[in-house]
Amino acid sequence: MNSEPAVYRLARGLDLKLSGQARPVRLDLSSAKSFALKPGDVPGIEPIPRLFASEGARVLAGDPLFASKAAPEVKFCSPVSGRLQEVRRGAKRAIAEVVIEADPQVDFRIFPKPDLAARDQVVELLLESGAWVLLRQRPFNAIPDSAAIPRDIFISCFDTAPLAPDYAVLMEGKEEAFQMGLRVLRSLTSGDVHLGTVQTSVDLFRKAEGVKVHTFSGPHPASLVGVQIHHVAPISKGDIVWTVKPQDVAIIGNLAATGQFDARRTIALTGAELERTGYCETRLGTAIEPLVHQNLKQPRVRLIGGNVLTGQRIGADGHLGLFDDQITVIEEGDQPEFLGWLLPSYPRPSMSRTFLSFLSPDREYRVNSNPHGEGRAFVMTGEYERVVPMDLYPQQLVKSILCRDFHQMEGLGIYEVVEEDMALCEFVCTSKQPVQRILREGLDWMRAEA
Amino acid sequence: MRALRTLLDQSKPHFSQGGKFEKLHYAYDALETFLFVPGQSCADGTHIKDGIDLKRTMFTVVLAMLPCLLFGIWNVGHQHYAATGEFTAFAAGFAEKAWMGIAIVAPMLIVAYAAGLGTEFIFAILRGHPVNEGFLVTGMLIPLIMPPTVPLWMVTLATIFAVVIGKEAFGGTGMNILNVALVSRVFLFFAYPAYMAGDNIWVAGDPARFVDGYSGATPLAVAYLGGMEALPAGGYTLADLFWGTIPGSIGETSVVAVAIGALILIATGIGSWRIMVSMLGGAVAMGVLFQATGIQPFLGVPPHYHLMMGSVLFAAVYMATDPVTAAQTEKGKVVYGLLIGVIGMLIRVTNPAYPEGWMLAILLMNVFAPLIDHVFLTANMRRRARRAFK
Repeated sequence: MNSEPAVYRLARGLDLKLSGQARPVRLDLSSAKSFALKPGDVPGIEPIPRLFASEGARVLAGDPLFASKAAPEVKFCSPVSGRLQEVRRGAKRAIAEVVIEADPQVDFRIFPKPDLAARDQVVELLLESGAWVLLRQRPFNAIPDSAAIPRDIFISCFDTAPLAPDYAVLMEGKEEAFQMGLRVLRSLTSGDVHLGTVQTSVDLFRKAEGVKVHTFSGPHPASLVGVQIHHVAPISKGDIVWTVKPQDVAIIGNLAATGQFDARRTIALTGAELERTGYCETRLGTAIEPLVHQNLKQPRVRLIGGNVLTGQRIGADGHLGLFDDQITVIEEGDQPEFLGWLLPSYPRPSMSRTFLSFLSPDREYRVNSNPHGEGRAFVMTGEYERVVPMDLYPQQLVKSILCRDFHQMEGLGIYEVVEEDMALCEFVCTSKQPVQRILREGLDWMRAEA
Repeated sequence: MRALRTLLDQSKPHFSQGGKFEKLHYAYDALETFLFVPGQSCADGTHIKDGIDLKRTMFTVVLAMLPCLLFGIWNVGHQHYAATGEFTAFAAGFAEKAWMGIAIVAPMLIVAYAAGLGTEFIFAILRGHPVNEGFLVTGMLIPLIMPPTVPLWMVTLATIFAVVIGKEAFGGTGMNILNVALVSRVFLFFAYPAYMAGDNIWVAGDPARFVDGYSGATPLAVAYLGGMEALPAGGYTLADLFWGTIPGSIGETSVVAVAIGALILIATGIGSWRIMVSMLGGAVAMGVLFQATGIQPFLGVPPHYHLMMGSVLFAAVYMATDPVTAAQTEKGKVVYGLLIGVIGMLIRVTNPAYPEGWMLAILLMNVFAPLIDHVFLTANMRRRARRAFK
């Protein structure tokens, strides 16, 4: 049964207008030869998880590659069929990437289709097929505990991040799979499945059946699922809430309908340093090289899986992360700038109104990765609050994490936020504090303590 | 530019680990980062960052203080030449007045910056952390709150005291509890009170050359004793109070100059309008309350006169809004400002020794600011806990 959409108008936040928005075209790119899964994409997985296949082994799409020793039932499975080409290692032999050399045609492992009324069959299927890791559990943003039953499941169906993809384009052709996915998710929770939408979202979201549809309006971070949860049904100590992205809902739906782990992803190619922006069809964990091949305006760029606020840097031979639905390519900003703080030599986005560029609010910025100043102690106050549309004191929360004040961290709402919710705080911080890193340390510490 | 960059790059090894001047690394670093925004790139976290940094923020505050400084320089000269009877009209003797003002204020600025930055550099080198930008603002604030007759050695002593006890003892920029510029003034206020209070310190120059019967009393002192009627008798019109052509501390007298500064700070988003408005609101409310009780000092002085006399506007715009020492929650800032206004006005009206209380009120509320924040944080934590039990 549909409920009437409730409108949440969020006043605080900051929309960053960058140049390099993805044009609504589909780019025909050479299909990627290699795909990879990275244990580092999800918090809580140890540096060297248990491997199920070794280099050279043949795998089908859906075959397990690795799993955490603490939760061996949660399998990370190959998104494509092919040969396990390489286990790339980082410092202290930690596994950085498990790389699969893909077949031209994908061969799927077939899983038995579940009876949606039987929750444990559904759970079993998701765990075995590699789809479970697409779910995230709050607090802490870790992989859901397979024995837990969440209070609610939240899906954000739009994206306000800088250069974010248009979900209408991302979900084209995935309508039936998405609807099936919603049915699967409903069977997993004791409460409701919530969709966060905007007025202009497609009917697929706005008229979805059997779920609660909410309407949000406002600048970034209105699209972040953490913000939406806070306004609809805040997380208290002891609550468990799951979050999923719409494309992954479609993957789950397809899995339940066909028994195949078909990890299709539409990726937006964005950023001012790309010659051609647009969208392309690929699969989870694709190599980044085919996406940027002969597509870069200059060599000194930073390739980011995700958006400029929360994405991870990817090397030229790297692969996209588990949750990436866009790549952003910006210029590296590692050149010193003479009196740059006094007389900026190029326009740059700022929340403060100390740059004349604030007089042209629709201007699009060509950004680079220079932090524009060095790290200092906290001086300015009120900046973080302007970009966090939640009943939280973000600066005090960060300070309580730095002091490891358990009670204050709990009391100020650390269970309600994950790194992406405070990414804008890191952007606007005058003192250039590494807010997301501090928050991650705090979350990991809380998880270990509790 | 490239020559400068090359020079810096060539001398860098001497100031790095293993170099001859390894201990002076942070002195070199302060100069290098002043001239060039470092060519770093974001390491982890967001890949782009806001263009603002602490240097630009401090520069904006300095910009906002310039109207007060420039007017103050001229006013120092004007008060002197008006007192000697040579150039009593505003337009007369502009060059002489400006020159006199510069001769008095520029040495104070140089001494304040040299003493303060010198102390900061020493601490940065001793403690091994970068020199922070906070003193760029404090160094200009200190002369602006001094009377023009204060000796330079006192300014030096006060600045060193303020930087060491007011700031470095707590851990440097961002860690201090008390407003650093006010610590310098309060040090002089208690250590050398004859130079900080009284009627004969507000006009620069040799008092023997003043016109007979000239009193250098500020409008505040005049109104304190004689109420509203004494102001025109003392030669102070509303226009004088508004434009600032009255004796007082160097930067505090002109409503127009402070208003321009306030506009700059609010328009750029650097200064908290909440603190400014609530402090002035609290002061006015308290003033009205005193009027209603018919208390003798300032008899008949309406609230808008109160705001134009003394240093209340200057304190509201530049002192109370210091983000490190003020309350840090937005709601807390309103309470903080209100209490400063109330307490400052209380001191102004009831204190028999010295008719001005903003310095002490702000320092008192600096100490209470964490408590104010604590109240709001606790309320937030209670709201959250209540949700858990629903």
